[in-house]
Amino acid sequence: MSEHMPELTIDRLARVMRECAGEDEAAAFDGDIAHVPLAELGYDSLAVMETAVRLQNEYGVHLTDDEIFGVESLAELLALARRQIPAAS
Amino acid sequence: MSAVAVTGMGVVAPNGLGTEAYWKATLAAVSGIGRITRFDPERYPATLAGEVDLDPTDRLPGRLIPQTDHSTRLSLLAAEEAIRDAGIDAGELPDDQVGVVTASSAGGFEFGHRELDKLWRKGPEYVSAYQSFAWFYAVNTGQISIRHGLRGPSGVLVADQAGGLDAIAQARRLVRRGVSAVLTGAVDGSLCPWGWIAQSSGGRLSGAADPALAYRPFDAEADGYVPGEGGAILVLEEADGARARGAERVRGYVLGHAATFDRRPDSAAPDTGRGLRRAVELALDDSGLRPDDIDVVFADAAGTPALDRAEAAALTAVFGDRPVPVSVPKTMTGRMCAGAGPLDVVTALLAIESGQIPPAVHTSPAAHYGLNLVVGRPLTLAARTALIVARGFHGFNSAMVVGAAD
Repeated sequence: MSEHMPELTIDRLARVMRECAGEDEAAAFDGDIAHVPLAELGYDSLAVMETAVRLQNEYGVHLTDDEIFGVESLAELLALARRQIPAAS
Repeated sequence: MSAVAVTGMGVVAPNGLGTEAYWKATLAAVSGIGRITRFDPERYPATLAGEVDLDPTDRLPGRLIPQTDHSTRLSLLAAEEAIRDAGIDAGELPDDQVGVVTASSAGGFEFGHRELDKLWRKGPEYVSAYQSFAWFYAVNTGQISIRHGLRGPSGVLVADQAGGLDAIAQARRLVRRGVSAVLTGAVDGSLCPWGWIAQSSGGRLSGAADPALAYRPFDAEADGYVPGEGGAILVLEEADGARARGAERVRGYVLGHAATFDRRPDSAAPDTGRGLRRAVELALDDSGLRPDDIDVVFADAAGTPALDRAEAAALTAVFGDRPVPVSVPKTMTGRMCAGAGPLDVVTALLAIESGQIPPAVHTSPAAHYGLNLVVGRPLTLAARTALIVARGFHGFNSAMVVGAAD
């Protein structure tokens, strides 16, 4: 885990997801997307898995397969990840 | 039984992106072979390839980029063109009535190479989840199917360079069984260090640094082949069905096919082309045509003396003394693994359509092969039928007969 990672916010998470799984022109990333179903953003469970790997490498977050396959929105993913990240000092 | 028609085609080749650009370049004898740019080839015994360089981000949905190998992106572009060419609108045919059958020789090799690199440099936790399918042989079939929502009978054929023709033959079988349309063919290639090692180890790559001196099939100076990437995707439909849905045009017909397998290689009994000859004869039988009915041959053209000899022996045994014109457009693209056969099928149909047989470049055919190779410039010929031959490593032979649209 890097000690200099920016705080994991919804914007940061959305950026990581775009970097890992690409961005569909059809899926506008503008506005409040935290609660938009991932499927509507064009992301499947592999996209979440790919993002989860980055979260593990960069934030030390470990998500179980059940958690990865159960996630339905960025907000849910953020909540799962933040449970494992020590509060920023 | 109604004829199986080709109603759409899409091409991705080192000397032209899209059917029109490719055909124009091919008739003008423009080669797409050059020094490899994808990686530094200096340390390897061969340094030339037919590369297709393009920025996929301009042409494909961004979401597909992190999960696709270069050859998959090229496949998607060819499939898109073929569907457009066939005029199959989304939703026009029931999605369970349109299948996808492609061929592949190595899957997404370059993608796999990068992930292996990450595995050993950084560790298993850095390997992409997309590696689970991006490397796989069936990935091009799958991505085409997903992108266009095609849920009909689908699959992948793996038989090295012969596989592309075998895939078209399988698509033809499906159409005959009542499937409305099948996207078929192959776009293939693995121009990465790992893929390069795999091809080099076969010992058949030309070591020439000058494109004009490399890959000269049936030339007395032939010293091996140049790998290429690319190929073609075709749309196959039953002819009456195509007319019924209002297809704008039939590009030609798939008339016959056969595949055979060579006996175990034996230094005491060199390859005499017997298995290939058998494939050609069976394909002719399947088409109901005789050797005299074939107007032009698209050769496999391995580019090494022993294999050229075997192919020439098979062809002269079938065609006798008749100097049937032999075309080798792949001298301009390199050998594209599974992509080669389908691109030759498309090229044959374009040649029939236009009455122009494309030339081979860089090669001066040696008389002792007894072949009438078209070289230098296109041959004007009102051809109605063509035989396409493809051979794969380790014994695969495939032959296909195609014919003119009505």
